[in-house]
Amino acid sequence: MCGIAGILRGGNGRLDRTILQNMIELIRYRGPDAAGFYTDKHVGLAHARLSIIDLGGGHQPMHNEDKSIWVTYNGEIFNYVELREELIGKGHRFSTQSDTEVLVHLYEEKGEDCVEYLNGQWAFAIWDSKRKKLFLSRDRLGVRPLFYTSTDKTFLFGSEIKSLLAYPGVRREIDLHALNQLFTFWVTLPPRTIFAGISELPPGHSMTVENGMVRIRPYWHLDYSPLSMKSVEHTSIDTLLKLLTDATKIRLRSDVPVGAYLSGGLDSTVITALMKKLTENSIKTFSISFEDSEFDESAFQKEASSFLHTDHQDIRCSYQDIGRVFPEVIWHTEKPLLRTAPAPLFLLSKLVHGHGYKVILTGEGSDEILGGYDVFKEAKIRRFWGAYPSSRMRPLLLKKLYPYLRNLQSQPEAYLRAFFHVGQEDLKSPFFSHLPRWELTSKLKLFLSDDIKSDVNGYDPLAELTKLLPSNYFQWDGFSQAQYLESMYLLPGYILSSQGDRMAMAHSVEGRFPFLDYRVVEFAARIPPRLKMRVLNEKYLLKQAVAGLIPPAIQKRPKQPYRAPDVKSFISADGKVRSHEYVEELLSPKRIHDDGIFDHAAVQKLVAKARKGQVIGIKDNMALVGILSTQLVVDQFINSFSGRELNEQHS
Amino acid sequence: MNNIAEELRHFVVENYLFGRSDVELKGDDSFLDRGIIDSTGVLELVTFLEGTYQIQIQDEEVIPSNLDSINNLLRFLEAKLRIAGNGGEP
Repeated sequence: MCGIAGILRGGNGRLDRTILQNMIELIRYRGPDAAGFYTDKHVGLAHARLSIIDLGGGHQPMHNEDKSIWVTYNGEIFNYVELREELIGKGHRFSTQSDTEVLVHLYEEKGEDCVEYLNGQWAFAIWDSKRKKLFLSRDRLGVRPLFYTSTDKTFLFGSEIKSLLAYPGVRREIDLHALNQLFTFWVTLPPRTIFAGISELPPGHSMTVENGMVRIRPYWHLDYSPLSMKSVEHTSIDTLLKLLTDATKIRLRSDVPVGAYLSGGLDSTVITALMKKLTENSIKTFSISFEDSEFDESAFQKEASSFLHTDHQDIRCSYQDIGRVFPEVIWHTEKPLLRTAPAPLFLLSKLVHGHGYKVILTGEGSDEILGGYDVFKEAKIRRFWGAYPSSRMRPLLLKKLYPYLRNLQSQPEAYLRAFFHVGQEDLKSPFFSHLPRWELTSKLKLFLSDDIKSDVNGYDPLAELTKLLPSNYFQWDGFSQAQYLESMYLLPGYILSSQGDRMAMAHSVEGRFPFLDYRVVEFAARIPPRLKMRVLNEKYLLKQAVAGLIPPAIQKRPKQPYRAPDVKSFISADGKVRSHEYVEELLSPKRIHDDGIFDHAAVQKLVAKARKGQVIGIKDNMALVGILSTQLVVDQFINSFSGRELNEQHS
Repeated sequence: MNNIAEELRHFVVENYLFGRSDVELKGDDSFLDRGIIDSTGVLELVTFLEGTYQIQIQDEEVIPSNLDSINNLLRFLEAKLRIAGNGGEP
């Protein structure tokens, strides 16, 4: 696991190695063990290494036998052992034991199609010096990040946006369409990022830059058709467990010890249980617990740890902790957030790092591919109600779905009907599952300033999303459509980045996700929805597959979404939380006015409401976190940027 | 009741729209249709009415015909206050 950056020179400009060094220096936390560079008159490749496989031999950038091919690569190819044997059989000579070298030789053998043979999580750039071609690729589900831009005929890429912003001449400006998307979907739609002119290579895509031409193509599709309607429950259970066990097994390949996150939920407990089956050693596990009992799951974490006999470590998180680290969290996410949930994960990776661990396995991806999220269940109930709109009983299921949302319990039917969109037009929408969430989130645009309102009003994020969808999406069943939206957008754009890669790598920790092994994902996409969610029992097939492996209480437990305290982490009505100076400053009328994104009077009213302890709903909580985090993005990346200062010092 | 109408309008515009109302909120505008109120909003509204006008609102009274526009609110509140003034059931 590592960080990468690079420059492909255009025109006749000089390739400045100092700038390349600065680009990688800004993300050295991704790879503190070593830094390496390759430069010739066309290209500069930089690498920051976190040593995990072949600790002595895996230095990068790495080359082939005749040094005509160079790679800088972030990630892991978990099937490298098998690929290496095949390549040796075809006459390739290896000088290291690393997975990186497998990539070099596989590219020699297969060219750009090499990615189709990889089982792993990657973002890499290969410089093919004979063809003067730069080939970049990102893994199927978007576990590892890859951004690019160009300026003055020079193409730039990096694991994080800050590396690109460090290059002189790259503009630093908020993309208002992206902000509109984020205040609708919680994420931007790739290739768009929150920074104008800076793009993200979408998951499952490769790109080439050759003779000044950029070509981007998908090499993998998440496809829900055709479903195996004949799927038999018991054989599906066997196949799922077999695939998941192998996915875990190859993710234990490492020359350093591998730990696990244990959230107290089903998925991370399953992964830890599989690890236990596969290894002799006691497993080290890590958890977050919360001082606020509304969010705390430590009882279940202890139960899982004791059942699986793990060596368990825990970090207890307070409101104050979240508020304190939030600016650093945004420095790493490089985008606004609507929830504080990444912040505790930032603290968790610090705990892991402090215990000398570099690699952890987690249960991420299970909810998307096997049907665990409330949004799937909610859509099922709404559809059920919509089929018989005059039913008095059907809407009551919605109350059952959210037992922890007290104010929902007393809602009369007329209100439920309006909030949950069960009209005839709603039922026809290809976004039926996500309409209530997106509509609620869109309310945050109310806070945008008059200056940018016109831009927001003239742009329809749903129309853009519609253009990005595969043509067969519209023939899929509603459950699969909802799974696709979660897996292709929220998963890479938020779960795997803001809560995943960015929080873990901030403390040099690599996450590995067995549920996101493409064999598991492709198998799950063929399973009919009735086996994923039996009536309203989420992840039904997984629960059947792991019976006996995990504590019964965790197997039977209804899903609890991972959440963290939002507004309470920043503004306290009872004076219990010390206010943070940056919160006061960034939300002050002057700063809001000067930065120009939000309406300062509206923001002051929201802050006043929070100070009175009256911010209780999801929308107001999201609004405050969204405004504060956007202000932090502007503060750290637009108004001033420490990476730029680094360059100025050197020049 | 004109003052009350203004108080109610002020609460709705300030509390839910944070003062950002592009279009004037008319007496019969539905809060639901205009997307002003969400599930938490209903709770906030009930808390506001109970705290400001010293009334008690029963669960079965939390329905759009009582609460979904300034005019509905006025009618509902007028009736509640009349009952309270007569010493009847709150």
